[in-house]
Amino acid sequence: MSKTIAVIDYGMGNLRSVSKAIEHVAAADDQIHVTDDPELILQADRVVFPGQGAARDCMAAISNHQLNRAVLEAASSKPFLGICMGMQVLMSFSEENQGTQLMGLFPGQVRHFPESRDAQGARLKIPQMGWNRVSQTRPHPLWEGIEDQTRFYFVHSYYVDPEQPELVAGTTDYGIRFTSVIARDNLFATQFHPEKSADAGLRLLRNFVNWQP
Amino acid sequence: MLAKRIIPCLDVDAGRVVKGVKFVDIRDAGDPVEVARRYNSEGADEITFLDITASSDDRETIVHVVEQVAGEVFIPLTVGGGIRTSEDVRRMLNAGADKVAINTAAVFNPEFVREATSRFGSQCIVVAIDAKRTSGEGEPAKWEIFTHGGRKPTGLDAIKWARKMVEYGAGEILLTSMDRDGTKIGFDLELTRAISDAVTVPVIASGGVGNLQHLVDGVVQGGADAVLAASIFHFAEYSIEEAKRFMAAQGVEVRL
Repeated sequence: MSKTIAVIDYGMGNLRSVSKAIEHVAAADDQIHVTDDPELILQADRVVFPGQGAARDCMAAISNHQLNRAVLEAASSKPFLGICMGMQVLMSFSEENQGTQLMGLFPGQVRHFPESRDAQGARLKIPQMGWNRVSQTRPHPLWEGIEDQTRFYFVHSYYVDPEQPELVAGTTDYGIRFTSVIARDNLFATQFHPEKSADAGLRLLRNFVNWQP
Repeated sequence: MLAKRIIPCLDVDAGRVVKGVKFVDIRDAGDPVEVARRYNSEGADEITFLDITASSDDRETIVHVVEQVAGEVFIPLTVGGGIRTSEDVRRMLNAGADKVAINTAAVFNPEFVREATSRFGSQCIVVAIDAKRTSGEGEPAKWEIFTHGGRKPTGLDAIKWARKMVEYGAGEILLTSMDRDGTKIGFDLELTRAISDAVTVPVIASGGVGNLQHLVDGVVQGGADAVLAASIFHFAEYSIEEAKRFMAAQGVEVRL
């Protein structure tokens, strides 16, 4: 059966990569809408919420596009995939831009990486940019066919620190151990970019497109 | 732990890969899409396209190359060469590039870097630095920024320049030693180390790779976060997978 998949476009970052990758894994008759129209988002069968850039700009863009309600409603009612800033803005508060109020779906903070060094004593660069391992902290349908400790592509300087430990579905080490994946009911969100993570990323997106939570 | 990245670089002129690419199992080694597909299947961590098209009539071709590659290769893509305005950046990102590398335009108009990073985000702006050693034998090491393929000095100190570009928002530095570029005798490790220690953002080492040990040296001695190479991969002297296995055997963390 054909599905509609909305990729939320609020002007933050390059959505072509995301929509191309979804297209690549979706069924031929699935419809993909890259859209900022709240109605299309509410009507879609599943929703992808990407995002790049600074927290304050993202929140301003969400509000300017009047997407607050549509995002929160989709996040609590249908298969929903947050990516990068699309994960971070679901928390309550970010340290970025001298402190930014976020959407507040999940209690917790978004924090800047502390200065730290690797085992050889080299200073860890910020942003974390590149391929790092994800520990699958619990089974989840979106991990289907993906080995534990698989590497995914990350680009970020901030990470989420949720108050509810049961939200965590994956962790990654970069100086500290941080939450790289959260999941609850119909929602799954990753700090890494599945659309840029080669075969493992495509597998995760395919799992999402077929997910029946 | 975060893996060190291996990035093959393709020089593209009017939509075709130049400087020769030789793979036995590739039908058309000049087709950037086919070459990118091949590097992706060998495990490249990213791919960089350097557009060296001289004629402005042919400049649009790189956009189509990026569009095609982005439609089937799902790893980060960087495009450099001729990026002079925010409109150039936007066009490349819309075509499917994840990052753009700004080189000469940053030297002539540093504010462009600030403008591009504030508009598109630091994560997608790489500043490319072409540096040449200007200190003599026995003097403390010093490198200067050069433009026009290493022919024109700018008087800018490479380390200070790298710091300034990071202050202006650059998310990554692509560092090429103009002394080593094309020599195959290895990276300028002292330069790589100096820049890597001077900035907080990741540094990609480039220029001079002739064998796999050079890649290891760039990371271990130079402190680079990623290594970029062209000819050793193009001529199929080594595959990317071989390079990664070699690095892993030397204790470098890579994605296999």
